Amino acid sequence: MIDKRVASLAEAVQGLADGSTVLVGGFGAAGVPVELVHAVLDQGARDLTIVTNNAGSGETDVAALIREGRVRKIICSYPRSMGSIWFEEFYRAGTIELELVPQGTLSERMRAAGAGLGGFFTPAGADSLLARGKEVRMIGGRRHVFEEPLGGDVALVKALRGDRWGNLVYNKAARNFGPTMATAATLTVVQVREFVELGDLDPESVVTPGIFVDRVVQVEEEA
Amino acid sequence: MTVPQLSHTEMAARVARDIPDGSYVNLGIGMPTLVGDVISAGKEIIFHSENGILGMGPAPAPGEVDWELINAGKSPVTLVPGGSYFHHTDSFMMMRGGHIDVTVLGAFQVSEQGDLANWATDDAHLPPAVGGAMDLAVGAKRVLVLMMHTTPDGRPKLLPECTYPLTAAQVVHRIYTELAVIDVGPAGFVVRDMVAGLSREDLQRRTGAPLTFADEVAVLVPAGG
Repeated sequence: MIDKRVASLAEAVQGLADGSTVLVGGFGAAGVPVELVHAVLDQGARDLTIVTNNAGSGETDVAALIREGRVRKIICSYPRSMGSIWFEEFYRAGTIELELVPQGTLSERMRAAGAGLGGFFTPAGADSLLARGKEVRMIGGRRHVFEEPLGGDVALVKALRGDRWGNLVYNKAARNFGPTMATAATLTVVQVREFVELGDLDPESVVTPGIFVDRVVQVEEEA
Repeated sequence: MTVPQLSHTEMAARVARDIPDGSYVNLGIGMPTLVGDVISAGKEIIFHSENGILGMGPAPAPGEVDWELINAGKSPVTLVPGGSYFHHTDSFMMMRGGHIDVTVLGAFQVSEQGDLANWATDDAHLPPAVGGAMDLAVGAKRVLVLMMHTTPDGRPKLLPECTYPLTAAQVVHRIYTELAVIDVGPAGFVVRDMVAGLSREDLQRRTGAPLTFADEVAVLVPAGG
């Protein structure tokens, strides 16, 4: 019997090792698996590389991990958001490394990892500073830069509903990086608002098939 | 001297006039989002948002905000009937893959070759941030820039070469400012429209690269101007 459901957030992030690369879903506040990130905070892993679109804001989720000195490196497209005070403080102090990646390249690098590909050439950023040190090739008369796959040891994803096989549906624009990140990590951990029975999700509408998911934990929506 | 100029809304309305009915459009953050508010009622335009929305609608009524339905600027939006959600990789396929007809972007600088600088300045105090700007600039079929003609302290933003780091080279088709509408072509900057009451010399003085003028330059009339 396959049952990917786990009973607690602590169980969901159990085994996360120091030095891990962690893919964290979300765009702005939408789709950020806040409770899972807080479970990582409680779990204690250090020296993490975090892959996420924004660098957190305020005092929660990724910002809290940075504040507690647990993040060695962040790979993201837009670290500078409203209230990203902890990232900015650590960045200015030189105590966090930043790898800046165009947003589509960030997503596609994870897709490549999940799809078993050795990378790809993209025109995005090929004329920019972000292509420095990378192979640039003319394809169809246009400059393209080679980008490597980007996989994670762990992905933390937020979805709306999931079943015990790990099939997932998402909510509106909170879907964002979730489906791609789910494919790109050795261990994919998902927080859902609601567990449903096998067969309750319309097979035509499943967004992430359970093969990409390892653990599912229920976190009920705040009032 | 006070220069006659278009308001931001008038600038956005001028951009909107150039967007054909039936277009798939992505609006950059900042001033370009105003374009969504001034599309004429007779046109059906489908707005794309990089975070996975096609058919993005206006801001919700107070009390109907859903923070899992936001735009690229992280503000709450709505979905129009027929709209859809998809994940980031698909969203950027649409952007890079030439499926978006028009994008309207803000810019720090544009060169006469159509080079775009809109992601980083030379301010080392700020950590760099790029978001989706590079993907959009290389992928949209038509790249329109909506920006002020000069910096707040009067330095030109239309230049022979960008001095800030490039977002993408040779991608900008047309520029809309509070003073003029300017095409970017093989001959450099070509003025299509100019605000009423401004001389060609005045416009040139505020521009860092040589301007040529279309055979017929249309006149932009600001409200109250």
